[in-house]
Amino acid sequence: MRNLVILGAGTAGTMMANHLVGKLPKDDWTITIVDQHKTHYYQPGFLFLPFDIYTTKQVKKNGKKFIPKKVNYINEKIDLILPEENKVNLENGTVLAYDILIVATGTNIAPEEIEGMDGPEWYQSIFDFYTYEGAKALRNKLREWKGGKLVVHISEMPIKCPVAPLEFAFLADSYFKHKGIRDKVDITFVTPLDGAFTKPKATQALHHLLKEKNIKEVTNFNIERVDYEHNKIIDYADVEVDYDLLVTVPTNMGDALLERSGLGDDLNYIPTHKATLQSKAHENIFAIGDATNLPASKAGSVAHFEAEILTENILRFIDGKELKEEFDGHANCFIETGGGKAILIDFNYTHEPVEGTFPFPGVGPLKLLQESRTNHMGKMAFRWVYWNMLIKGIHIPFVSATMSEKGKHFEAVQ
Amino acid sequence: MKKMIANREIDVNQEGYLTDFTQWDKEIGKTLAAECEIDLTNRHWEVIDYIHDKYQKEEPLSIRGIKKSGVINVKEFYSLFPGGPLKKATLIAGIPKPKSCI
Repeated sequence: MRNLVILGAGTAGTMMANHLVGKLPKDDWTITIVDQHKTHYYQPGFLFLPFDIYTTKQVKKNGKKFIPKKVNYINEKIDLILPEENKVNLENGTVLAYDILIVATGTNIAPEEIEGMDGPEWYQSIFDFYTYEGAKALRNKLREWKGGKLVVHISEMPIKCPVAPLEFAFLADSYFKHKGIRDKVDITFVTPLDGAFTKPKATQALHHLLKEKNIKEVTNFNIERVDYEHNKIIDYADVEVDYDLLVTVPTNMGDALLERSGLGDDLNYIPTHKATLQSKAHENIFAIGDATNLPASKAGSVAHFEAEILTENILRFIDGKELKEEFDGHANCFIETGGGKAILIDFNYTHEPVEGTFPFPGVGPLKLLQESRTNHMGKMAFRWVYWNMLIKGIHIPFVSATMSEKGKHFEAVQ
Repeated sequence: MKKMIANREIDVNQEGYLTDFTQWDKEIGKTLAAECEIDLTNRHWEVIDYIHDKYQKEEPLSIRGIKKSGVINVKEFYSLFPGGPLKKATLIAGIPKPKSCI
C-alpha cells in the first residue's frame, strides 16, 4: 500500500481529497487528510457576516460531511513535516509516512506582525474580518456603532482575496446608508498598493466606484505601527491616518508548521513551481491554494482551478510521466459593490482583468468588469455552488481551469 | 519603447522601467537615480546589490524582505529612496517594478 497525505482540510485540501478518491486505485493507495479543526468555514461568507447579510450558521458546517468516506480523516494538530524521511508527525504522537504529500495548510492572519495591532484594542476598536471570530466580533460592534471615522486597511501584500477589503468598504457604504447614518460615517480605504487593486485595469473601474460612493483613498501606505492610544495608524513615511473604527487586513502568513519544518519562505509560504504545483524543494511534495508562494491570487477560485491541474499532475507523477505545466494563475472573482450589485473579474498570470461576458462568449449572462445585479446574484448563488459542488470536486459546467480567451477584450499584463 | 539614458538607447516600459536587464550598468543606474533626484551613495549601492541578488534568485521583493534583509532597516530605506522606496530602488536597479501585489 502506498500513502498520499493531505495536510489541511480547507477549500483546497477538501477538493483534493474528493478529486483523488475516485482516481487513485483503492487497493494500492490510502488517502489521509489531516486538519486540527472540525469546522469547515465558507470563507467568502466572512465578508457578509459583519453586515448581518449572512448568519453564522450559513458560513460553517461540519468538515467531516465533505470528506469522502474512503478517505482517512484525522482531526489533530500537525507538529512537523520531515521531508527527508517522508513523514509527518502529529501532535498526539502519530507518525504518518507518505509517498506523496499535498500541503494545503492555507494562510492565517498575523496581527502580531504590526506593532500595536494585536494590543488591548484588538476586537475593541480594531478588527479583522478574515477570521470567523473577527467577522463575528465586528458584526456585534457594527450593530451598535453610532458612526465616526471608519478606516478599511490592508497591512501588506499578498493577502487572501485582495478584493475583499474593497468589497468591505462598498458594503459598509450600503450598510450605513440603509441604517440612515451614512452622513455620520467617514470611510477611508488605506492600501500599500498604488491604487485600489493589484491590476491596473480593474483599479480604474474600482477607483471610479470608490469616488462615486464617497470613499476616500490613501495609497502607498506601508504601515509601521498602530498608535491605539491616539487612534491612528502610521506608516514608514510618517503619514498618519486617524480612525475611530479600524477594520484591518493584518499581514497574511502561511502556517507556522511550514516554518518549523523548514519548508516556508519569509511569509511561511511554500516555494512552488507556478505551472505544475510541485514544491521546488522536494519532488514528492505538492502544494495548493493559499499555502503556495505562487504569484496568483490567494482565493478559493484559484484553488479550484489548481485542483483540477494538480490532480492530473499527481497521477502523472505516480506514472513517472512528466508533469503538465498547465496552471496559468487563473482567478475569477465576484466583487460585491454594494446596493445589490457586483462586478465579475477574470484574470491570470499574464492577462489583466478583462471586459466581456462570462462564461459564454458574447452571451453572458455575467458581465466582466461592469456592475450588475446578475453578477450579485451570481455571488449569492456561489455559496450553494461552494457547499454542493466546488469542495466536492464536482466540475462547474462551462468554467475551465485555464482561462478562456473567447468573448473577452484582452490586454496583456505589462 | 526606447529611451536615451546615459547617452545610450535603452528599452523601457511606459513607466520607465528597464525591460532588458542586460542593458543595465552602473552608469545607467546613476542616470536613473539622478532623474529621481537621488545621489547614489555607498549605502544606496549596497541596497541595489541586495536587490540584484534577490532578482537573480527570482525571489520577490517586499518591504518585509527589506526588514529581514540584514542590509538596511525600513526607515533608512525610506530615507535613501524617498517616496516609494521599492519602486524607485527597482527602477534605478534596472529590474521590473515589484509585483508583491496580487
